[in-house]
Amino acid sequence: MLYREAGQFKTSYGDDQAIFPIRQDRIGVAIILLAAYLAIPLTASPYLFTSILIPFLIYALAAIGLNLLTGYCGQVSLGTGGFMAVGAYAAYNFAIRMPELNLLVVFLLAGGCAALVGVVFGIPSLRIKGFYLAVATLAAQFFMDWMFSRIKWFTNYTPSGSVNAPPLSLFGFAIDTPAERYYLILAIVTVMALAAKNLVRGRVGRSWMAIRDMDIAAEIIGIRPLRAKLSAFAVSSFYAGIAGALWAFLHLGSWEPLAFDINRSFTLLFMVIIGGLGSILGCFFGAAFILIVPLALNQIPTALGIPISTAMISHLEFMIFGALIVFFLIVEPHGLARLWALGKEKLRLWPFPH
Amino acid sequence: MTATGGRRIGDVLLKVEDISLSFGGVRALSGVSFDIRKHEIRAIIGPNGAGKSSMLNVINGFYHPQKGKIIFKDIARTDIGPYDAASRGIARTFQNIALFRGMSTLDNIMTGRLLKMKRNLFWQALYWGPARREEMEHRAAAERIIDFLEIQSIRKVPVGRLPYGLQKRVELGRALAAEPELLLLDEPMAGMNVEEKEDMCRFILDVNDEFGTTIALIEHDMGVVMDISDRVVVLDYGKKIADGTPDEVRGNQAVIDAYLGVQH
Amino acid sequence: MGFFIEVLFGGFLAGVLYALVALGFVLIFKASGVFNFAQGAMVLFAALSLVRLMEWMPIPIALLVSVGIMIVFALVVERLVLRPLVNQEGIILFMATIGVSYFVDGFGQTIWGSEIYTLDLGLPKEPVIILESVFEGGVLVNKFDLVAAVIAGILVTVLAVFFQKTRIGRALRAVADDHQAAQSVGIPLRDIWVIVWSTSGIVALVAGIVWGSALGVQFSISLVALKALPVLILGGFTSVPGAIIGGLIIGAGEKLAEVFIGPSFGGGIENWFAYMLALLFLLVRPQGLFGERIIERV
Repeated sequence: MLYREAGQFKTSYGDDQAIFPIRQDRIGVAIILLAAYLAIPLTASPYLFTSILIPFLIYALAAIGLNLLTGYCGQVSLGTGGFMAVGAYAAYNFAIRMPELNLLVVFLLAGGCAALVGVVFGIPSLRIKGFYLAVATLAAQFFMDWMFSRIKWFTNYTPSGSVNAPPLSLFGFAIDTPAERYYLILAIVTVMALAAKNLVRGRVGRSWMAIRDMDIAAEIIGIRPLRAKLSAFAVSSFYAGIAGALWAFLHLGSWEPLAFDINRSFTLLFMVIIGGLGSILGCFFGAAFILIVPLALNQIPTALGIPISTAMISHLEFMIFGALIVFFLIVEPHGLARLWALGKEKLRLWPFPH
Repeated sequence: MTATGGRRIGDVLLKVEDISLSFGGVRALSGVSFDIRKHEIRAIIGPNGAGKSSMLNVINGFYHPQKGKIIFKDIARTDIGPYDAASRGIARTFQNIALFRGMSTLDNIMTGRLLKMKRNLFWQALYWGPARREEMEHRAAAERIIDFLEIQSIRKVPVGRLPYGLQKRVELGRALAAEPELLLLDEPMAGMNVEEKEDMCRFILDVNDEFGTTIALIEHDMGVVMDISDRVVVLDYGKKIADGTPDEVRGNQAVIDAYLGVQH
Repeated sequence: MGFFIEVLFGGFLAGVLYALVALGFVLIFKASGVFNFAQGAMVLFAALSLVRLMEWMPIPIALLVSVGIMIVFALVVERLVLRPLVNQEGIILFMATIGVSYFVDGFGQTIWGSEIYTLDLGLPKEPVIILESVFEGGVLVNKFDLVAAVIAGILVTVLAVFFQKTRIGRALRAVADDHQAAQSVGIPLRDIWVIVWSTSGIVALVAGIVWGSALGVQFSISLVALKALPVLILGGFTSVPGAIIGGLIIGAGEKLAEVFIGPSFGGGIENWFAYMLALLFLLVRPQGLFGERIIERV
């Protein structure tokens, strides 16, 4: 009964185009943000921060990047892990070679490098479509894997090939404890998620979706496919790059190229499909889901007293994710986000079915 | 003839000269020339496979003719791209509806205004200040078209869910949103019932009348063509066989033969 | 010179293996328009089935049972994945096969185990020296590689005959040309899909035998199949000869690149060279060597 929009009149196009046009949604978002910024940091344990909240937020950010490209612009990418790696190693090199740089600038530059690389690997999208392009993005993935493990300059000639993030600080404050890292990531993700939402509801987003839905018609109404596709690659890789930098600096601390291998790319694609192609909110759902399934698989059998080997858990994970992907593509290609929207719609009309 | 009000047919807006187009060995158009004058409604008719759609595709730069010239607003080109055509004021609809099925009616119509929107990525990510103002201005323009086409109630509905007749209307709306000088309509009334056809005729005449838009259309319903068009060009087997007012064309023996399938 | 030829031969023979995997892709793509990302997982699954069954029964029976398993697999995929997704866009089906691939990888290892199994069907393995009369010292090749090439040749011939001469083959080609037209003349689409996925499953089994005998049956087989993707781009997605020639070019190209250019790049370029080669090729000829150009219409 609480979820009603009766009596809320929109008096301008601005109101109508707002991200959350219904007042109850705005209140809901405010509560979630309050919880994320105040309640959770006060109550969470370090384990919750480092194993769940931090990876969740970074995954969601990378998934947003992939969703902009795949869900909105219709270009499937299997190279997100590679673009994250560019971000991570670019950030590393900026940070150790120019230690005086502000950390946020380092992240921005890392995103910029990833965007450039994304554009280069997006160029084939002008000639090829669909799975041809998906295969082409695999090229990016394998090339990055190789580049960061074989070209020693990128890893500053560390003998093991594994690198460590430098001590982090922002405006003179050290960023060290899990809570501090969480806050930094949360702030970045909030801003970037909002920016992504703004992009997709404006001119750029519409040109992406037009290309996705019917590229020939898009060209004929005056959208330049070159621009639309490359801008999608650039923005998507920018997001992936920053996510990669955050993953390396604030989640892993020390890492090697394997941290961004092809499995990372697939996992992100799964998040986007399960969360919902073409939905920013869905990226958060997808990230949460993909993170929770392995945890549940680890916890539930032990809690029930069923012994299960780690190898078995990983195989089960493969099976569950695989089956879910097929399931979602068949039943609800718009993923959890659509289920959420449908639920809200029902609630709005409740108790009348129509 | 339904010419009313202040509508006055002006100078030549577009002229195609000696256009030839073939795919591999198949000749789609050979040596076709005609012109379209400002503010007129120009029909292109002909039996199936006559090359009508190919002609529209040449005019808006999707097909590239091997020979011939397209003179639009006094600039002659042989080879234009779809983007050039769109940015110089040519918009169109398609025979098989080419809407963006995943987007709402409003968003589809807004895509028609993309060429007029200038703010860069950065401003749009902020969605603030100039970017927001621009968005609102164009939203207002899109709403005027929605009112004009009487589709207010389906504003937020994904177009994939709309019935055929309404989809055609939304597609017209998307083309109009670009405020084109020349509007190409590829069978705007195909598959419609009488009532829907009447609506569509009314919209076409209103567009022509109120906005002064020049219209070139392909249509199979001869009643409609003869009623609303100022001049008609007839194609058969990729060649022009007649050109003139509806009355002239109606009496033309070559046209009658073409439609009755007389061998030549 | 002898060394160059040796590398080239090694490359060609690796290429035959890629081609075997690519062949499975092409079959399914031709008949159903589905880009089957799960082909690699199918190779692993077929090989795992065979190697574990061989512990229980004689080799010929194990082979037969493995073929049966791949046919059941085709039936299940058709029923649970393809049928519900019929008429969806290609890219959705592609992503669905990624899901299938993950599922099969997990499922195969759950029931068959995830260690490295040696597959020994008694294929010869000793190295031999050939072309002694042409070069000084001859060229050193592995007999097994020659056997693999022969197997691939036989498989391609059998498939070609199957496609060209049999009634089912004609139906398959009709479906490949136009689904709806084929259905309208009474070709049952579902049966065709089952047949083509089964055929692909059997091709996967052959590929699995060859790969497994060379490397041992293990999870990495599923990944090696990713190498077949650039082969497809090069050869065209719809061409059987394309898959073979593409495989040979990619195999030889990456071995030569690794040996002769690799060292100056720090080595390991094998992993991406094929992709880059295919990518450059795409920019010049998007439909591949033997693919058909598609004319777009509105």
